[in-house]
Amino acid sequence: MDALMLARLQFAITTVYHFFFVPLTLGLSILVALMETFYVRTGREVYKRMTKFWGKLFVINFAMGVVTGIVQEFQFGMNWSEYSRFVGDIFGAPLAIEALMAFFLESTFLGIWIFGWDKLSKGLHAAAIWIVAIGSNVSALWILIANSFMQEPVGYAIENGRAVMTNFFEVILNPNIFYMFPHVLMSGLATAGFFVLAISAYHLLRKNETDLFRRSFQLAAVVAAIASFVVALNGHDQAQHMVESQPMKMAAAEALWETESPASFSIITIGNLSGSSEVFSLRLPRMLCLLSYNQLDCEIKGMNQLQSEYEAMYGPGDYTPPPFIPYWSFRIMVGAGFLMIGLSVYALFLVMAEMFDRRTLALKIFQWALLLPYIANTAGWLLTEVGRFPWAVYGLVTLEEGVSNMVSPGLVWFSLIGYILIYGALIFATVYLLVKYSKAGPAPASQAEADQSEPDSDAMPSLVGAQD
Amino acid sequence: MDLNTLWFILIAVLYIGFFVLEGFDFGVGMLQPFIGKNDVERRVVINTIGPHWDANEVWLLTAGGATFAAFPMWYATMFSGFYLPLFLLLAALIMRGLALEFRSKDENPKWRSFWDYAICVGSLVAALLLGVAFANLVRGVPIDAEMNYVGGFFNLLNPYALLGGVSAVVLFILHGAIFLSMKTTGNVEERAKKVARRMWLPVVIIMLLFLIATYFQTDLLLQLGINPGLIPLAGMAALLSVWFLLRKERFGWAFGMTSVGIAFALVTMFQIMYPRVMISSLNPDWSLTIYNASSSPYTLTVMTIVALIFVPIVLIYQGWSYWIFRKRIVAKPETLTY
Repeated sequence: MDALMLARLQFAITTVYHFFFVPLTLGLSILVALMETFYVRTGREVYKRMTKFWGKLFVINFAMGVVTGIVQEFQFGMNWSEYSRFVGDIFGAPLAIEALMAFFLESTFLGIWIFGWDKLSKGLHAAAIWIVAIGSNVSALWILIANSFMQEPVGYAIENGRAVMTNFFEVILNPNIFYMFPHVLMSGLATAGFFVLAISAYHLLRKNETDLFRRSFQLAAVVAAIASFVVALNGHDQAQHMVESQPMKMAAAEALWETESPASFSIITIGNLSGSSEVFSLRLPRMLCLLSYNQLDCEIKGMNQLQSEYEAMYGPGDYTPPPFIPYWSFRIMVGAGFLMIGLSVYALFLVMAEMFDRRTLALKIFQWALLLPYIANTAGWLLTEVGRFPWAVYGLVTLEEGVSNMVSPGLVWFSLIGYILIYGALIFATVYLLVKYSKAGPAPASQAEADQSEPDSDAMPSLVGAQD
Repeated sequence: MDLNTLWFILIAVLYIGFFVLEGFDFGVGMLQPFIGKNDVERRVVINTIGPHWDANEVWLLTAGGATFAAFPMWYATMFSGFYLPLFLLLAALIMRGLALEFRSKDENPKWRSFWDYAICVGSLVAALLLGVAFANLVRGVPIDAEMNYVGGFFNLLNPYALLGGVSAVVLFILHGAIFLSMKTTGNVEERAKKVARRMWLPVVIIMLLFLIATYFQTDLLLQLGINPGLIPLAGMAALLSVWFLLRKERFGWAFGMTSVGIAFALVTMFQIMYPRVMISSLNPDWSLTIYNASSSPYTLTVMTIVALIFVPIVLIYQGWSYWIFRKRIVAKPETLTY
């Protein structure tokens, strides 16, 4: 493999791995903050124990997000130095602002939160986790602003062969960010919702700490249902924006070689996606028009036509992404997303009907449903990034032009193998700790504190808790 | 002063903040298995830096981000040029960071001793590599006319750079030992004080050697003439004063003086570099400077506004976090978070 392919592989592996941890950080920080707010407002011991239990899992996951995140910031310079030179004037700014505005905030206040239980007042302590939640999500906003520039460059001019920023506000108000940030924010909440549902289901099946896990399940069901639903609605808007801003990505995601009018939506294809020997394809007529433009008549450009248009615009070259990854990752993401909507709505229904802790089969399914958000998150990024091929910045600079010119394939091999070994070993340690603490359940209530807490049997206390 | 110079200073400040803050937690990390003789004591050592190490490390991330934003050519040349050392630095930072968080989360003695090694070796390797990298920055590295680093990995391992690496390691050990003396009680405190007293002389000797080598290995003398320079001498004086302060048991002051020593060592290095950011050892004209490596004036202006708003805010709340955890850590297992 040449240095370009190795650098791409390294980016893909380290980014996907990093993003195993990020969505849970984004969403669970908010859930833990809500739990602690319930504790502050009601003074009930159960919410404190809930906060501590989920908080511990949050911290383990957070640590992995932090240490794998450093690699991401360094990688642009190490493997993509020509890209960094070309767009540094624009791309560096959101990264620096992210560190200054968000990384300091989340790391400082997480330290305060973890070690400050006995050192701060209740309210101040809860404020610390809210600041962590805000910091994490603001950090996601800035990195997505940077990524949006790669998807849809705005606010720049080309001077002396380099892109320079001409309007900061255009860069941070990139049209793409209005689709991308809510999508990631809601995916994080959905991930956290399914995480809490799964572990609560595990304990409810074993009749362990039922009061605490009932409340956790209730909160998670509400969050997961809302977030999964909004993610899908927002994903629909995002796809419509993609047809406009990156038509080639949509064509690749549909494996649509020839322009079609009205365009049908391919549900599944058996055979290969090269367009020449389609064995079987289940297609919904006009559906792609509905998805892309909210109407029944439209024309969606195929990859062949776009390729010739791009050649006319950018000169000869290969502008067609290999459709395999975009096509299948799109279907896997959407499929997992619909399953998540179905399951979380079902969870919500069970909560409303007050029968969720008796449905053994359902609880077993919720345990396994934890995989769905991880599958959807990974597939979503594969679609977004692979579908941009061959561009590093859409229409401006290709991956080939962006790769480091002085770094030998041997060096990239070395670091790639190094990351695979380190990351491979660390995932075992992390999963081991997460499973161990998940199964162990919350720490036993101390006697003095247990005496204070009053028994209660109302059905949805965690939802109305704030008004108690 | 133009914006390019302002950003050069700001990046210097970020690195100084990083070395002063993460410097003591690197030192604490290197000392952890030696000063903590049993599990509880090792936990005490970790708990002294537990609330702070992550935020300390963010100074490095911010310095990296600021370099990317203000001097993208510097970022691109340095990060692709120092490829292997940076990969090793990342590996060390990953292992030690995770070790600090994971170490006490399982009772198994093998688990704990593995992560204790990771904390110690990870801190040592990171400190060594950062020292090597900065020594190379001031000494100059082979950079061609196209701003590309054309030396290999072993080019970076010259004796001067290695001396820089060793200087960083010993200085951080002293800095960390003094921090532990301030933050612990009983046996751990006594051992930390002993390490601090024993480390003082080697640190002064090695730092003096490094300073003398710096006069000959860099163009500092060209800039200063026979004047040895106020900043490097003040830095050395600060380190010398640590001996008296340790004898008088004034650990807060001693910590302040090692902080000054670290900060002035870095100020000296950035003074040598200015107005260059990557010195070419092949041809002085090929060096990257704050002008040919910088972002556009527009980007620098935007970033200046952002920095002027957020740097003071960060300093306030990070300072507050040190205030919250100002008390000494006592070796009682039930009071230890990690």
